[in-house]
Amino acid sequence: MAEKLTGAEIIIKALADQGVDVVFGYPGGAVLPIYDALFKQNRIRHILVRHEQGAVHAAEGYARSTGKPGVVLVTSGPGATNAVTGLTDALCDSIPIVCLTGQVPTHLIGNDAFQECDTTGITRPCTKHNYLVKKVEDLSRTMHEAFYVATAGRPGPVVIDIPKDVQFAATDYTNGKSASHKTYKPKLKADRDAIEQAADLLLAAKKPVVYAGGGVINAGPQASKLLTELVRMTNFPCTLTLMGLGAFPASEPQFLGMLGMHGTYEANWAMHDADVILAVGSRFDDRITGRLDAFAPNSKKIHIDIDPSSINKNVRVDLPIVADAGHALQDLIRIMKARQRKPDAAAMERWWAQIDEWRARDCLAYGASKEMIKPQHAIRRLYELSKTTGKDTFITTEVGQHQMWAAQHFHFDKPNRWMTSGGLGTMGYGLPAAVGTQLAHPDALVVDIAGEASIQMNIQELSTAVQYRLPVKVFILNNEYMGMVRQWQELLHGGRYSESYSEALPDFVKLADAYGMKGLRAMGPDDLDGTIQEMLDHDGPVIADILVDKAENCYPMIPSGAAHNDMLLGPVEEGKDAIGEKGKVLV
Amino acid sequence: MAKSGTVGQPGSAYMIVDQDKAVRRHTFAVIVDNEPGVLARVIGLFSGRGYNIESLTVSTVTADESVSRINIVTTGTEMVIEQIKAQLSRLVPVHDVHDLTLEGPHVERELALIKVRAKDHQRRESLRIADVFDAKVADTTLESFVFIIDGDTGKVDSFVDLMRALGDVEVARSGVVAIGRGTEMVTV
Repeated sequence: MAEKLTGAEIIIKALADQGVDVVFGYPGGAVLPIYDALFKQNRIRHILVRHEQGAVHAAEGYARSTGKPGVVLVTSGPGATNAVTGLTDALCDSIPIVCLTGQVPTHLIGNDAFQECDTTGITRPCTKHNYLVKKVEDLSRTMHEAFYVATAGRPGPVVIDIPKDVQFAATDYTNGKSASHKTYKPKLKADRDAIEQAADLLLAAKKPVVYAGGGVINAGPQASKLLTELVRMTNFPCTLTLMGLGAFPASEPQFLGMLGMHGTYEANWAMHDADVILAVGSRFDDRITGRLDAFAPNSKKIHIDIDPSSINKNVRVDLPIVADAGHALQDLIRIMKARQRKPDAAAMERWWAQIDEWRARDCLAYGASKEMIKPQHAIRRLYELSKTTGKDTFITTEVGQHQMWAAQHFHFDKPNRWMTSGGLGTMGYGLPAAVGTQLAHPDALVVDIAGEASIQMNIQELSTAVQYRLPVKVFILNNEYMGMVRQWQELLHGGRYSESYSEALPDFVKLADAYGMKGLRAMGPDDLDGTIQEMLDHDGPVIADILVDKAENCYPMIPSGAAHNDMLLGPVEEGKDAIGEKGKVLV
Repeated sequence: MAKSGTVGQPGSAYMIVDQDKAVRRHTFAVIVDNEPGVLARVIGLFSGRGYNIESLTVSTVTADESVSRINIVTTGTEMVIEQIKAQLSRLVPVHDVHDLTLEGPHVERELALIKVRAKDHQRRESLRIADVFDAKVADTTLESFVFIIDGDTGKVDSFVDLMRALGDVEVARSGVVAIGRGTEMVTV
């Protein structure tokens, strides 16, 4: 009979057996036994964040950049409630997270005890699944099951709430590394018939588009390779969602850029005019489709998704395929090759000629300026100069204009290099995500492309970066406005900039100094390259405060409630409404 | 944010549920692990996503009490009903979701206890109507009856409406339980 372990020791052992090397957390009364067990071992590294929201975003950055689940450890009550935004973010973007929360001892549950909250109740709608472990005998099984649930099928966050008495109680440990769930078994392989039909539709297409999303990245790097193989083999145009950037190399000629609200002219027009759309691991969300009754009106839609509830949710599709993106792509490639047919060459030539016409609009062009740094230009320079470092480059972002500009102007040739909050749109995501990413990739270049408003939402994590000597670069496009709010107020509310201007910004250079990191500032176009170069050359963490054009808007843009072929390429003429009455109530 | 159905906006990005499409009533049998919080998950899903619940019943159905069956009556357009099934199936402790309305003929029953306080003619009439509806008397005083009635929702509704006309009425209803007709069984 093996020696009995305490609940806290079981937790550590189960984490180690799951191959966890890093835990992001913050201690407190209800998790002290786990912290004690952490102290007595050296297999798992604990990263002390400065706020529990930061812990979850850091774990998301870690997970998104490695493909492994991220692990979070927080205390009861406020520790758990602070984690809620991060958990919701991970749910929206399908990021595998296992979050351990402390809880008051079982006999105090329901007593309004100090730092008690109904963690499983609060996190039920913002997790894929959650557990309250009331008996230590259930702990090892629950730990291993949680890792299975977090990573199987469509990934997501899982919370395990562990009362303090359970952490002290002792029992036998059972290793269930290969644990599954008795009934939760997502389907990975596609029906052969459906794949055959998809192959037929694609081979008969005259104006096809491949529209891929984060599901391809979640299916692992192999799925991105297969997507690339399919696109090259067919010479179909390919567009990616915000979450999918990197799933297909941006440098390939078939890449149309991102689609959707701030997507490219060519991607959105191609979607609108397509006759067959192959959606892979993407979910037709409202940022993508715009006005639904005008969305890709003449197309047959094939939708590959591992989550059956994503199919036919917003858009009726003609051929649903429930499967893992990697498996489905592999089958599709095999069957299409076996057909020994090519899509109609003349039709494809006409289609590409049409796409080239759209491309010629050069929708991402922006006015050059000698006086002010254009934010788009700052990102393009960052992209160009980061390529000269020879390092593997990972980009995280906050949320807003800078995020969309980064998506448009920074290019990714590989998956898992782009960490952004897509579904929930969480300001304050980027810095902690950069911390998590840098931990997973110590030698890589990790840049948080930020806005001066977003960065302040989790700015305390600078301290974490400094403590662990993580050389993250915080690249702030500082326009003194919550830029996307200001843009919408301009387009929608007559330029009444209600509360979107930041009156009292910190001096980010001095702030960097206060945190013990390097601070840089670029005031004008002449300083830009030098500042970026200095940031890249420094081997520690840096804040680069880039003062950019305050009035710049993010284009192209499909106004809310409008269709793909109604997109704005630049400022609206005086006296015209960019957004109709119907669009105004939309977000 | 703008997902609420209050502002009718055909063609907008959010109002994809065509208002002119027929709303239908469906009865689901949801087979779940009998574990704490499972009912909250199901109910939270309905409220969180704005689906209707007309009736909901739950009970364990296996000898070892490890599995429960939740019967839900809901309404929605075809697309919403399809989403409800997909969303329910996605919950980790849900084994299986059966749309009994789609799967074929099925039996639906509910049980109700109806207390009627009435005198004289009204009291006598309530007893006569109960007889017509095959309702039984479960309790009586000189000025009241408690009737017990079972049947489909329409029958119970009609009985309750008639009783309301005769006196003060208190109603307790079980909600719908349902099971498919024929030899085929839902595995748990």
